[in-house]
Amino acid sequence: MEASTTTLRKTPLHAIHREMGAKMVPFGGWEMPVEYAGLIAEHMAVRQAAGLFDVSHMGELEVAGPGALAFLQRVTSNNVAKLADGQAQYSALPNPSGAPLDDVIVYRRGPERFMLVVNAGNIEKDFAWLRAQGPQGCEVTDKSEAYALLALQGPRAQDILQPLTPVDLAGVAYYHFADGEVDGHPATLARTGYTGEDGFEIFVAPDRAEAVWRRLIEAGKEKGLQPAGLGARDTLRLEAKMCLYGNDMDETTTLVEAGLGWIVSLDEAKGDFNGRGVLAEQKKTGAPRKLVGFEVTGRGIARHGYPVLLDGEAAGSVTSGSYAPYLQKNIGLCYLPAARSAAGTPVEIDVRGRNVAARVVPTPFYKRSK
Amino acid sequence: MYPSDRRYTKQHEWVRLEGDRGTIGITEYAQKQLGDVVYLELPEVGRKLEAHGSFGTVESVKAVSELFSPVAGEVVEVNSALVAKPETINSDPHGQAWMIKLRVTDPKAAAELLDAAAYQAYVGSEAK
Repeated sequence: MEASTTTLRKTPLHAIHREMGAKMVPFGGWEMPVEYAGLIAEHMAVRQAAGLFDVSHMGELEVAGPGALAFLQRVTSNNVAKLADGQAQYSALPNPSGAPLDDVIVYRRGPERFMLVVNAGNIEKDFAWLRAQGPQGCEVTDKSEAYALLALQGPRAQDILQPLTPVDLAGVAYYHFADGEVDGHPATLARTGYTGEDGFEIFVAPDRAEAVWRRLIEAGKEKGLQPAGLGARDTLRLEAKMCLYGNDMDETTTLVEAGLGWIVSLDEAKGDFNGRGVLAEQKKTGAPRKLVGFEVTGRGIARHGYPVLLDGEAAGSVTSGSYAPYLQKNIGLCYLPAARSAAGTPVEIDVRGRNVAARVVPTPFYKRSK
Repeated sequence: MYPSDRRYTKQHEWVRLEGDRGTIGITEYAQKQLGDVVYLELPEVGRKLEAHGSFGTVESVKAVSELFSPVAGEVVEVNSALVAKPETINSDPHGQAWMIKLRVTDPKAAAELLDAAAYQAYVGSEAK
């Protein structure tokens, strides 16, 4: 049924996923759990209680040295100088055309020490790109093998994690992190995620991952915690309109087109960076096309790659599309000409040869109440 | 686990014959492979189907799967309650989640399909 798994990489939690009855699929070169008990139940657990994800396939690149900040300013889109120690920032690695090689989270561990968390399928590409950018006064190192990464996501995440760690979690603000322990195991706890909910991403050494996973599952059981797979991760991030690299954006879509102008900094303090010219222009005058959200109003589910029609004419294709379990609607994302991208614009989705009505809606589709 | 009152295909559909009436659905194995079903498309009454011809589509959150009729015939009834509540396919694939009923062209042709034991053995080997 699935391609040979012999060439796929396995995370340190692979055996546990099997033990917990996960359905495993290839993703970005890795064999990953797509679901355990059921995608919808996992999705709802994250919205209403908590879910635990293995995202150890994500990569970690370290940039360290006196020149680290200046180098990162040159190769990322956001203003790294705004970060204090223990703070993280959503950003991207633009090419000279202003389109991302990857979207990343930049963590400042110290004034001269930063970590980039990058997409699994892009680790080698990003690493080679960064090296080719000529880092001066700093060194770029691939530390992906040194970390397992667990994402504990949902409104009860803090309740579940707090009794297991001496770190005062209430003191860790959104997009901040702290070094500490989970159940005695050294860990970095970051208040970040990819679900549209509150939660933590927990970095641990690979040989500690299993113990931490088991402890969290046990501690969270009474609070509604469920192990959750990549299937739910995808529907959760789509409801929150978080872009998936390779689907909603890639090296042909600028950050402004992808709706990520907010991670493009034109601050003087940042200075020049890859793609700045294009991005500055598009931020000022607007991009020719825009990534928009749509809701299917007819009967059918829009899926990645399905053609999108505007006034009966081909206008692009669905970049992400799915049934949205929390919203109980069929939703998706696609690029439309900027002039035709307003909420309410009617479009059609070609669902395997049948044109199904949809319309542009405001995004995010889902936003949690604070 | 697989009822012996019907026949099965390697595409994971079942057909239960009563005279020339054939009731068709998908198997427990198929619903497990699909995961949470959220959408179902069935044909109109009166549609003529060929053996192994497509009669609709079932979709889970993650997957799209075409439905194939185990036998040839004409659609005489469609389970419209199931279209409105397709998640029943996950909970009761061999019972309430029947999909269509056919006036079967050649009921004897069903004898060539897998019986319950053969199907069980087939999915047992595919699962490995």
